[in-house]
Amino acid sequence: MRRMLIVVLAVGGTLAGDGPKNPPLPAEMSSKTPQERVEVPPPPFSDGIFPCGNCHESMTVDRTRRELTAMHTDIVLKHDETHRWCLDCHDATNRNFLHLASGERVPFEESYRLCGQCHGEKLRDWRAGVHGRRTGNWNGTKGYLLCAHCHNPHQPRFHAIAPKPAPTPPSRTMK
Amino acid sequence: MDTEKTAQPSRRMFAKAAATAATGWILTACGPKRLYEVPKERLRTQVKALERKYRARYGKNVTVSDTGPIPGVEFAYALDISRCIGCRRCVYACVAENNQSRDPQIQWIRVMQMDKDKGVDFSHSTPYYNPAEVPEEGHFYVPVGCQHCENPPCTKVCPTGATWTEKDGIVVIDYDWCIGCRYCMAACPYGARHFNWAEPTIPSGELNPATHYLGNRPRMKGVVEKCTFCIQRARAGRYPACVEVCPVGARKFGNLLDKDSEIRYIIEHKRVLVLKEELNTVPRFFYFYAT
Repeated sequence: MRRMLIVVLAVGGTLAGDGPKNPPLPAEMSSKTPQERVEVPPPPFSDGIFPCGNCHESMTVDRTRRELTAMHTDIVLKHDETHRWCLDCHDATNRNFLHLASGERVPFEESYRLCGQCHGEKLRDWRAGVHGRRTGNWNGTKGYLLCAHCHNPHQPRFHAIAPKPAPTPPSRTMK
Repeated sequence: MDTEKTAQPSRRMFAKAAATAATGWILTACGPKRLYEVPKERLRTQVKALERKYRARYGKNVTVSDTGPIPGVEFAYALDISRCIGCRRCVYACVAENNQSRDPQIQWIRVMQMDKDKGVDFSHSTPYYNPAEVPEEGHFYVPVGCQHCENPPCTKVCPTGATWTEKDGIVVIDYDWCIGCRYCMAACPYGARHFNWAEPTIPSGELNPATHYLGNRPRMKGVVEKCTFCIQRARAGRYPACVEVCPVGARKFGNLLDKDSEIRYIIEHKRVLVLKEELNTVPRFFYFYAT
């Protein structure tokens, strides 16, 4: 557990140090911070949307912050929207990836590293098995989910849901 | 002559002693036994008979496991009060997994809605809340089931020894030994024990056929039942049904003796409380605030 904590702190430290302008060396990066990859089910993409490069490869990159009108109009960003927009998380040069603040590309399967940049204590708890839903075996393979399996990354706040029926109060008459 | 005189009383004594021993052996060996006294091979025949009975009644293959505790394991549970939204998914997953009676209704988990102004206070709580959507403004939710106490008041009052604590910390009931006096229900400060007032009904299509002798095997009228940490799953290494179904991931389960388990992490790093601590029941069920 302590080792994991140190790893997470180390990642935080490197991220704070590297500006987005310095392109990182992936090999060096991984030797400095041996990230423990967590096995997760495939990310919850909308039907037919991935790989993103299918459409984006032939397009020129427009980095200006703007409201999208032609495509992705169903995405409403409610996730620190005053400070963030698409390209803060999505990689502009290779659309099939996300990127960290350092510029390092991360696949969607490792998106927890991206989320963990701001939500460090959640990532730490998640790695320990304390944040998020657990399935599988308590003494064997534990089932992990990506952040995006439960939280919509564009609107991460949980929505209220309908409860299951209330219990029937005890009655004095017996059947 | 001399030898016959001395031999006769000793032969009679031997016969008497042998007869007493034989009667004693017959009385103790042939009568019904609590599960922890039953020899292993006898338990197997008992379990096989039960399986036949359930197969005839429900029309499908029911297995009754007699798996014992795993050495070096003591189960504990943790529930994140700051995340629970009171959706009752756990209640119904538990009913389905553990074959609780649908009518009359028995539910091992009771989700209490509490006021944020009052804090954890059972005198200002209700399990009957029924809004269109949860969580409701100004409220939080505390699901309550068996706390699997280290110092359980319920097992001490049982006149037949039908309920006890297993080596892995699970408080269990042998339904065949329960006489339905309900002393344990009166003793439990958490309302965790439930009584079968009538013959329980489970639609055979909904019966979970993977059962355990001390857990979710179908019960009969007149016995007490309660949460067993899903003994049939936990002793097979799996998480209880309520842990896997919780949509907000508020429920945690693991081995208290394993320093790398989620449970130990929670106890060491989070704000943890137990219900009715002042009663010195020492629950193995912890409530915590992750945020």
